[in-house]
Amino acid sequence: MTTLTVPATRVRRTTQPLSKPTGFLTDTWTVLVRELTPKLRQPASMLFAMVQPLVFLGLFAPLLPAVENGSALQWFVPGIVVMTALMGASMTGADLTAEIRSGSHERLLVSPLSRPSLLVGRALKEVVPVLFQAAVILVVVTPFSFDLHLGGVLVGAVIVSLFAIGLGAFSFALATAAKEQDWIFWTVQQMLIFPLLLLSGVLLPLDGAPGWLTFLSDINPMTYVVEAERALFAGEFPADVVISGFVAAAVVAAAGVLVGVRTMERSS
Amino acid sequence: MTNHTNQRPVIRTEALTRHFTRGKKTVEAVRGLDLEIHQGELVAFLGPNGAGKSTTLRMLTTLIPPTSGTAEVAGHDVVRSRAAVRRSIGYVGQGNAAAFVQRGRDELMSQARAHGIPRAAAKARIDELLSAFDLQEYADRPVQTLSGGQRRRLDIAIGLLNHPEVLFLDEPSTGLDPQNRANLQEQIRRLHEDGTTIVLTTHYLEEADALAGRVIVVDHGVVIADDTASRLKEKLGDLVLLGFGTEADATTAATRAESVLSGPTLIERAGTQVSIRTPRGADSAPALAIDLAAHGTPAIRMEVHSPTLDDVFLDLTGRSLRESADSTTQTEGAAA
Repeated sequence: MTTLTVPATRVRRTTQPLSKPTGFLTDTWTVLVRELTPKLRQPASMLFAMVQPLVFLGLFAPLLPAVENGSALQWFVPGIVVMTALMGASMTGADLTAEIRSGSHERLLVSPLSRPSLLVGRALKEVVPVLFQAAVILVVVTPFSFDLHLGGVLVGAVIVSLFAIGLGAFSFALATAAKEQDWIFWTVQQMLIFPLLLLSGVLLPLDGAPGWLTFLSDINPMTYVVEAERALFAGEFPADVVISGFVAAAVVAAAGVLVGVRTMERSS
Repeated sequence: MTNHTNQRPVIRTEALTRHFTRGKKTVEAVRGLDLEIHQGELVAFLGPNGAGKSTTLRMLTTLIPPTSGTAEVAGHDVVRSRAAVRRSIGYVGQGNAAAFVQRGRDELMSQARAHGIPRAAAKARIDELLSAFDLQEYADRPVQTLSGGQRRRLDIAIGLLNHPEVLFLDEPSTGLDPQNRANLQEQIRRLHEDGTTIVLTTHYLEEADALAGRVIVVDHGVVIADDTASRLKEKLGDLVLLGFGTEADATTAATRAESVLSGPTLIERAGTQVSIRTPRGADSAPALAIDLAAHGTPAIRMEVHSPTLDDVFLDLTGRSLRESADSTTQTEGAAA
């Protein structure tokens, strides 16, 4: 190194840095509020999103066969809620590619926001509308052959949220890895959501499925989430099913955040 | 003026190194950088694209970890105390800090929240910045409707929000018109007067020249010059161009000039023109002209150019900064 003594005029700074340490929850809230603000400023887009699952339900529910014990709707609705979460959360990374390209993501990486809060906050941005969508669905179906069990639904909401956070984090990781190439993100996202969806038994029961399909369904964490939701929405709390659903969602959440943070560290 | 030998530098790097692996090839973007930058300094990083200046900035701002070596910013290690570093610095990258779907004021507020600044203080600070950068009118419009210059000003406002101790600016004036560039320089000067340590990279040599007390020239991942702009130029010397009536006169005069001038002097003859690069050339040129006339080879034309930082750059790297900026953009993209 060149030894150098630059006659720097040393001035004592009159302004003090404003920054103060923040916690994970504060950071996550900051990210969530930042993500939701543009959406809240355009309520029309939010309203449209709310109606979407209803359209699906309206077109699909009439096709459901009559079942002997209980209603088909009771079986079908919890799956639709999980499907809505899957669709929403898997899009978490979509806005990210634009932010990576423009530079705003880089600014957030240099800011004191913690890496996990960037992931979780963004994933929650998709969870919030999912919870609203679920509420809308329940309000609409309750007058029909559907029994609302609020306690079960609330526990179910926690499990779905955890699951969505994990999916959101994976989606975030995917967008980070795809960098500025949108098509990679969309291709992989589309390629993954349909197997996850079909193998979880949301649309059709997998009772008579061949062995290999049953095996794939068994290793799909979403299967356990859907089963737990079905029990909870029916107002039942079978410990093994609920715990399996919770563990599956928690594992997806933990793995998603882990993979997401690692991808972020590597890519920047 | 205070002696700062006892004071801990605000930025210190030791053998700071960063490699990138692209397939089987390893690119050594930064190779063993040793730097000390003290509080209140305004330092310009110059270098062709791919020289390692952006990579250095990215390590100092915790965006990427070093492959080896250490770096401290504002007294915090950039690997072990990333959060503390991030709270102490402001960063204006080459891209836009505000997302296109957001509004400027919302982005300033989210930056304030990220820094844990209470709402009232944040609002006051945001208003202050909006007026400093003449952005009040545009603060409540979506960023995508703003012009390039307005966005750039917003980027800088966001970078300054936390009153950073150390400010990193990666080509801040790119995309600004002359008026806004002057305004930015004014802001930078004001921050400098207030004792903020500022590190900037720029392609505008005049800017580095006008602003920076210290210029660090980086090429191929190492520092090749580190001095004040005026001393770098002084070392290079003025360019004296002399025109003669005949080539023979020019040849004789070149030989004569060589024996008369002292110091590290470079003399070249091309046709009837002799070009002399010599320290304090402006001072020695009149006496030289008289001397040459007295020896029977009078100059018929004379030009004296004081060196620009671009000349210094060309001399050090063999490339003009402008040329390299145009031709090697792609390598930078690949290395970043």
